[in-house]
Amino acid sequence: MFRRPFLALAALAAAALATPGAAQDAPFIVVQSTTSTQNSGLFDHILPLFTAKTGIEVRVVAVGTGQAIRNAENGDGDVLFVHARPAEEAFVAAGHGVARHDVMYNDFVIVGPPADPAGVAGMTDAVAALAQIAAAGAPFVSRGDDSGTNKAELRLWQQAGIDVAAASGGWYRETGSGMGATLNAGTGMGAYVMTDRATWISFGNKGDYRIAVEGDPQMFNQYGIIAVNPEAHPNVRAEAARVFVDWVISAEGQAAIAGYRIDGRQLFFPNAAKPDDASTG
Amino acid sequence: MDGFAEVLGQALALILSGDPDLVEIIGLSLRVTLSAVALGCVLGLPLGAVAGAFRFPGRAAVVVLMNALMGLPPVVVGLLVYLSLSASGPLGVLGLLYTPAAMIVAQTVLVTPIIAALTRQVVEDLHGEYAEQFASLGVGPAHRVAALLWDARYSLLTVVLAGFGRAVAEVGAVIIVGGNINHVTRVMTTTIALETSKGNLELALALGVVLLALALTVNAAVMALRASAVRAAYA
Amino acid sequence: MREVRMHADEPFCGAPLLRRGLTPVPLAEARDLTLRADGQALLDGVSCSFAAGRRTVVMGANGSGKSLLLRLMHGLIRPTSGTVLWRGAPLDRRARARQALVFQTPVMLRRSVLANLRFALAVRGVPRCARRARAEAALEQARLTALAHRPARVLSGGEQQRLAIARALACRPELLLLDEPTASLDPASTALIEQAVDAAHADGVTVALVTHDAGQARRLADDIVFLHAGRVAEHGPAAQVLSRPRSEAARAWLEGRLHLGP
Repeated sequence: MFRRPFLALAALAAAALATPGAAQDAPFIVVQSTTSTQNSGLFDHILPLFTAKTGIEVRVVAVGTGQAIRNAENGDGDVLFVHARPAEEAFVAAGHGVARHDVMYNDFVIVGPPADPAGVAGMTDAVAALAQIAAAGAPFVSRGDDSGTNKAELRLWQQAGIDVAAASGGWYRETGSGMGATLNAGTGMGAYVMTDRATWISFGNKGDYRIAVEGDPQMFNQYGIIAVNPEAHPNVRAEAARVFVDWVISAEGQAAIAGYRIDGRQLFFPNAAKPDDASTG
Repeated sequence: MDGFAEVLGQALALILSGDPDLVEIIGLSLRVTLSAVALGCVLGLPLGAVAGAFRFPGRAAVVVLMNALMGLPPVVVGLLVYLSLSASGPLGVLGLLYTPAAMIVAQTVLVTPIIAALTRQVVEDLHGEYAEQFASLGVGPAHRVAALLWDARYSLLTVVLAGFGRAVAEVGAVIIVGGNINHVTRVMTTTIALETSKGNLELALALGVVLLALALTVNAAVMALRASAVRAAYA
Repeated sequence: MREVRMHADEPFCGAPLLRRGLTPVPLAEARDLTLRADGQALLDGVSCSFAAGRRTVVMGANGSGKSLLLRLMHGLIRPTSGTVLWRGAPLDRRARARQALVFQTPVMLRRSVLANLRFALAVRGVPRCARRARAEAALEQARLTALAHRPARVLSGGEQQRLAIARALACRPELLLLDEPTASLDPASTALIEQAVDAAHADGVTVALVTHDAGQARRLADDIVFLHAGRVAEHGPAAQVLSRPRSEAARAWLEGRLHLGP
């Protein structure tokens, strides 16, 4: 009376657990990447082109750069596609990656409320603008999550000679969240936020915010791609990963990246070296 | 924000559109959550019944532990399961990370303590009523657990619903072990988190309304079943 | 020596022991049972027996320890001191399986009438193939066949008690223990219960029944154990106890007078 339904339940659960994920039998790779590439819609644009050509499905795990690198270090991914060059080079140097290739760049911008309390609108010198924001004590929201964007932002503060750690909790506020969540928070509290342009263009909750600071070469945001090293992580799908990396830095892949536009605006600018002179370090 | 009426309208339009992506996401949500709840029942019901029907050394500690584990933060569970299933973790060879199976495992860890702890209470109450009769008949331990669970089945529906509610609403664990991979491990809650991070707040909220409707449907169906049982004096 | 010992020396109290060979062997026997809780003696040196093939009625006021005695004899609770014997040997699990206890408030599983019977039979190790027939026979006997597929808990109090007795008898016990089975029933239901008890007795089942209804004791008892304040006040053949009670407590009870204290 009791045993039968219970056994049925157990069988059901076991079956559910054993049922493979979608397209399990098709070849696939896992790419550890960042929220900026995912949220901007770039992957939705280029990955179907790659899959159509090679038959390889690409599964993207979009997290902060810090977490993406950490996951890849654990061998939980076949390709790392992030934007924090020093950390990427350290990743390769530690033996986790095969080689690092430049892929593309976009740039960071500082967005702010129309009232512009720090008077930085229209500036092109990011360091000077940040110094002005600090001097005005105008609220600034940082991701504070060790992501690529966060690291780039902290470099600029350092150049401006401002100790944001001391101001944390005051005018400097760290959300510890992704780019989108940080933009939601920043626009909500009338603060300045540094964001990558791609995320900003595709962000749906801009309100009356606008770009205040842009065009500083220091705010270029370089993306790199690395195949995870099968010698360090024997479980990785090394061959499929190589095919993907090669395609992304090929003329075809680069053209696909350049072709992604929102409202007629190009979001990412491919700059991969020719395969024959790809840097390895 | 354009107000809640508009969001509700968008939610309704989403449901009526039959958008294949949305259907896929809802399907995966249900599959993951229902599987986790089923597994949670297989583990939690006997565990709770044993704690409710027997006196044994360390029982008080077990009950306190089960009750405390009900409050496990999903993110912590997600991290624990991630570290276990990671390629460099002890269960990495299974290759379950970033698959629905990993999400089922994480949610099972979340709901099992809830099901076990609440089952313990239900079974203990029922056992208070049955204990002398069972002792008189000489009902053995296994038979006793089975009979208590079966007779409490309609009360346990509420317990199972509590587990379902916890699992279906949870995002912290599944996003870590599932990775929110489009068409593979993307479920309702991770989609809501994603759309929120994209700043598409109306769409995120509309998806939230869809999720709520889903939970309402499941709850209403189960409670209707229970009501019919109450009328038959089986509950 | 305690007072209860002196009682035990009186001929009617120890009658089955003293007249060994003349009266039937005790099927179940209490020897100097004492039960204490929170320093209070609920039963104090109780010795009595349920003779095989006879109907023993345990009487006494509320709180006199009747129900506790029944539970002790069935092994549901352990005495603080003293022993319970089954056919002369200490009561154990297997001996308890030869008994069946019907509670004052029937405990029915949240299942159908028939399923309640089949559950008891399954627990008692009756093979699956034999359960249905035996359950149906028990229902027939209890005249509950028409209700076989109703949920047991929607039955009336009287029907539930008849079902409880049917369930107990389906297990084919040697000793049927009943704890005030008619305490909350109307006269018609009571009559049906008493018929069922009589029928079981006619089939050779030894009966021990707790009641505080003197009329019921007159109708059913072969032997009577009269408890007062946790001690045996009377123990002997029904005719003797009912017509010539020795203790003031029993006399007052049977005459319908109020009697306070030991």
